[in-house]
Amino acid sequence: MRKLLLQSLFRQPLTEQAPRPDDAAIAELAATVGRTARRRLGRSLSIREVDAGSCNGCELEIHALSNPYYDVERFGIRFVASPRHADVLLVTGPVTKNMREALERTYSATPDPKWVVAAGDCARDGGCFAGSYAVVSGVSAVVPVDLHIPGCPPPPMTILRGLLSLLEEVDAGDTAR
Amino acid sequence: MPALIDLIRAGRRVERHNPWRRVSVDGGTWRSAASALADGSLSLLGLWGEPSRVHMALLDNRTSDIGVISLDCPDRRYPSVAARHRPALRPERTIHDLFGLVAIETPDSRPWLDHGRWQMQAPLGERLDAAPDPAPYPFLPAEGDSLHQIAVGPVHAGIIEPGHFRFTASGETVVRLEQRLGYTHKGVEGLMAGSTVEQAARLAGRVSGDSTVAYALAFAQAVEAAIQIAVPPRALLLRALMAELERLANHLGDIGAICNDASFALMHAHCGVMRERVLRAADAAFGHRLMRDIVVPGGLARDITADGSTAIRAALEQIRRHFPSLVELYDNTASLQDRTVGTGIVTAALARQFAAGGYVGRASGRTYDARRSPGYHPYNGLRFDVPTLDDGDVNARVWIRIREVEQSLSLAGQILDALEAGPIKVPLQIAPEPCEGIALVEGFRGDILAWLRLSDGRIERCHLRDPSWFQWPLLEAAIEGNIVADFPLCNKSFNCSYSGHDL
Repeated sequence: MRKLLLQSLFRQPLTEQAPRPDDAAIAELAATVGRTARRRLGRSLSIREVDAGSCNGCELEIHALSNPYYDVERFGIRFVASPRHADVLLVTGPVTKNMREALERTYSATPDPKWVVAAGDCARDGGCFAGSYAVVSGVSAVVPVDLHIPGCPPPPMTILRGLLSLLEEVDAGDTAR
Repeated sequence: MPALIDLIRAGRRVERHNPWRRVSVDGGTWRSAASALADGSLSLLGLWGEPSRVHMALLDNRTSDIGVISLDCPDRRYPSVAARHRPALRPERTIHDLFGLVAIETPDSRPWLDHGRWQMQAPLGERLDAAPDPAPYPFLPAEGDSLHQIAVGPVHAGIIEPGHFRFTASGETVVRLEQRLGYTHKGVEGLMAGSTVEQAARLAGRVSGDSTVAYALAFAQAVEAAIQIAVPPRALLLRALMAELERLANHLGDIGAICNDASFALMHAHCGVMRERVLRAADAAFGHRLMRDIVVPGGLARDITADGSTAIRAALEQIRRHFPSLVELYDNTASLQDRTVGTGIVTAALARQFAAGGYVGRASGRTYDARRSPGYHPYNGLRFDVPTLDDGDVNARVWIRIREVEQSLSLAGQILDALEAGPIKVPLQIAPEPCEGIALVEGFRGDILAWLRLSDGRIERCHLRDPSWFQWPLLEAAIEGNIVADFPLCNKSFNCSYSGHDL
């Protein structure tokens, strides 16, 4: 373990390592998200993730946001365990009928001001699950949505970009509910 | 007790069902199959319904034969398998929820996927109006001095899928865990009925996002078996390459996440880096990080990119160099071992009884891997080991993953070496008359069963059985007697799919 830790001390961080355009974009994007979030919310942006019936593909990519390549926590964006600690609900899935009430109650438990981000194609309108007897169809049918992030699943970069555009919108005018 | 071949002989063979036989049997044969499951000569691979018929996919543990027996039940009742063989219980409750068929003498008649919110009952059978005021779900009772209950979910603290866990604890010790699942039920089998093969393939790839390649592969193999076509060798190799990359990415993610649940974040960070490298290589090679919608019936939707092999080889090489030091770290960190060794034990008898696949089965002595038996191309031409351990604890499930990472690294290398130019797809020519296909594919989590019937060029009925069906119940057993605080660790070491199970 000492060797691994020692190596980590002297090695360049992964996020700043490669000069390829997408890596540079990550750093830039993440920095902007951090600045805007701080301006708007003082310290940080707390996100509560809610799986309202997804296939778990979106969850994998949301998880990836916390890996050393994207490391969103450096910029004050963090995932919290309770909706009561959250500014943003990040909702995935086509909202199954069995999850509808849980989503509504999570929304009510989130203090104002709050924003809802629907991540993934099925969170927009049910995607390929639309029309099923077991599916409500889209997050906005259950709670008001401020932003949709497209993709099946959206890659971590796209999710980060989505959070940025939400913050810009929030900055331009107070859309929080 | 009858062997599978005796049960098959006792029935009437159904034509155009490939590659294994399906027979129609009477109630007596159905019951003797249930007894053969109970005495351990057969294993249950799947149990599913149609509006007035039930099917059971069986594995003969001695000969490794696979077959399907079907029972017509025009009166909408059939003899319960779960009455004799408990692993059939949740599938039977599901058949009741979806088709309204009643299992006679079932030990548990509570609903399973139906939470009373679909505005109807038996959505895939003869639909009925929903009960006006569904009764609250009765959890199993636990009685004793100073027991208390902890209700967790469906919305959990982490970024994970929804499900409800009802713990009964005595102090810190879990006396009973009861799961309630079905929150992510999307009605996939209902959507598939009547859809085109292309639509159904997209749905199959979205049953469980972490296994999108394995599901697409299982579905594609079942279609190809039904219409009796052979896929070009290059497509077979690339499919296996994607399947191994998926296994690598998931196992690396799991190893890190299990250690993270024991508060050992260093492993999590390093494993996260390796997982990300695999996903980026997959993106470079196939244009999608999770390789979704690339395996399609008939072959592949697109070929590997020109520099895809190089990207994958580079990722494999990085992992090969870096992974051993992490394995050493895991092995030599006493505080971590203290959490994983002896925690959440699944006995070999239970793993056998439930025919648990993947690392859950292999950590408890059940040597079953669908790549080996029944086996499918191209694995019969590749060298790999199926690691098995007997301890059945969290530690054993970590070690199985570690060994499988090594195997997948080797397999991916072998596949890249064997890759030759050639076509990647054959056209689908689907005759109008009904035909049926079945496939068993090894996903990272275990064996995935796909069964379907094509009719008039469309899907008439498709059933996809996730490995989690036979792993979730074992988690209830594994946590018993452990402390509540170890549940996340046990749960992560299983990493069952909610979406794959709920369908």
